[in-house]
Amino acid sequence: MIAIIDYDAGNTFNVQKAFNYIGIETVLTADPAVLLRADGVVLPGVGAYASAMATLKERNLMDTIYAVVDRTIPLLGICLGMQLLFDESEEYGPTAGLGLIPGVVKAIPNDGNLRVPHMGWNQNRVHNDKSVFRDIHEEYTYFVHSYYVDTDQQFITTTADYGISIPGIVEKEFVYGMQFHPEKSGVVGLNLLRTFGDIVKSVKIT
Amino acid sequence: MLAKRIIPCLDVDGGRVKKGINFVNLVDVGNPVDIASTYEEQGADELVFLDITATVDARTTMRDVVRDVSNRVFMPLTVGGGIRTVDDMSALLKAGADKISLNSAALARPELISEGAQKFGNQCMVVAIDVKTDPTTGTWYAYTHGGRKKMEWEALAWATEAVRRGAGELLVTSMDKDGTKSGFDIELYKALESVVDVPIIASGGAGSVQDFIELFAHTGVTGALAASIFHFGDITIPYLKSALRAEGIMVR
Repeated sequence: MIAIIDYDAGNTFNVQKAFNYIGIETVLTADPAVLLRADGVVLPGVGAYASAMATLKERNLMDTIYAVVDRTIPLLGICLGMQLLFDESEEYGPTAGLGLIPGVVKAIPNDGNLRVPHMGWNQNRVHNDKSVFRDIHEEYTYFVHSYYVDTDQQFITTTADYGISIPGIVEKEFVYGMQFHPEKSGVVGLNLLRTFGDIVKSVKIT
Repeated sequence: MLAKRIIPCLDVDGGRVKKGINFVNLVDVGNPVDIASTYEEQGADELVFLDITATVDARTTMRDVVRDVSNRVFMPLTVGGGIRTVDDMSALLKAGADKISLNSAALARPELISEGAQKFGNQCMVVAIDVKTDPTTGTWYAYTHGGRKKMEWEALAWATEAVRRGAGELLVTSMDKDGTKSGFDIELYKALESVVDVPIIASGGAGSVQDFIELFAHTGVTGALAASIFHFGDITIPYLKSALRAEGIMVR
C-alpha cells in the first residue's frame, strides 16, 4: 500500500487517480501510524513553499516524514513536494524545508525570451545510468513551476533544458523527487509511477 | 527545450461536447471522456473544457465531466465557463481540473484572479481574453459575449493587469480572426509577449497547418488552441505535429 500524505495539496487527487489507473492501491492520510505502516509514501504538492511547510508542521507531519525515511520506506515528492525535500527555498524570503537532500530551491531566472512559470512538456536528459528511472531519456514530461532545485550533481537523475538546466528527477537512497507532474505526463508519467511502485515492492521484500 | 503545445478546446453543454457554427446550430460531437481519450492518443498536449451550458444547475454536470475525464486521461486539464467564486474553482480542482480559466467574471471583478492565485497558486490561474479591434479607434480591446460587448479595458492593459493579479497563463482569442480560418493574429501575439512574461496560448483563426507554422515561427507563444479544425478532422494532431517538426519547431 502506498500512502499519499494528505495536507490539502492541490494535485493530491490527480496523483491518486493516476495510481488507481495503473492498479496500485493508495490511501490518502495524515495519520502517522498509517504512514509508518505504508510500503511507500508520496508527498504531493503545488503552490507556495512556506504555506506547504507550515501545513506539514501544523499537522505534525515533519517528524513522521523523517521516521518514514529512517525506516527506508521509499518516499516520492512530486513538484512542490520534491522541492520540500531540500534544505530551503528562496521563494518570498528563505524558508526551511525538510532537509532530506542537500540543495536550495531558487527562482527560475526570468530573462530574455523565457516565460515563467516554466509550463509545458519538456524533454528529459538522463544523467544517472544506474537509476531505475533511466528509461525516460529524451521523453517529454509535463512541468509547471517557477522555482527549481539547485543541488549537487550526484543527486540529479534527469534534467530538462529551460535556459538553465532544471532537475526533473532527483534521488538520494530511498528519497525520490520529480519536479514535473508524472500524474499529468501521459503514458510516460504513468510508467514512472509504476516504477516507483516497483521500488516499493522490492524494498518491501528485502 | 520546451515543446510547443497543441491544445484542442472542447465546448461542453449539459455534459456533452458540442460544436457551434457561428455560435448557433450546436452539433453534438460526442462524449467528453471518449473525445478526451482520443485526443490523448493523438498526442494532444493539454485539453481545455469550456462549459457553455446556460443554466446554473448544470454546474454539477461539469464537475462530473471533469471527474470522469481525469480518471482516464492523464494530461493537464483546464476548465472555464461560468466560474465566479473561489468555491467554484475549488470544486472543479477537487474534481480533477489542473487549471481554472476565467474570462468575463475576471473582467467584472479582477480581484477574483488574485483570490484564486492566493489560494491555488498562479500556475492554476488562466485568464482568457477575447480580443477584438475596436472599429472606431483601431485599438485592441477586451470583449465579452462572443465579441459583441466591448469592455473598458484595452487588451494589452488588461493582459498586464491580469498577470499583475496572479494569472499564470493567458489564453488569448482573436475575435477578429475567430472562425475565419485565415491564420492567427501574429501582430496581436507579438504585442502581448512584449508586455507580459507568462506563457501565452493563441486561439482564433487556425485553418491550415501553415497557420500554426507561422504562429510559432513568428511569435513566442507557447501553445495554440483550436476546436473545430480538430473536431471535424480538417487537421489531425499527428499530421500537424509532424509538419511542425519538419519546420524545426519543437513538439512532443
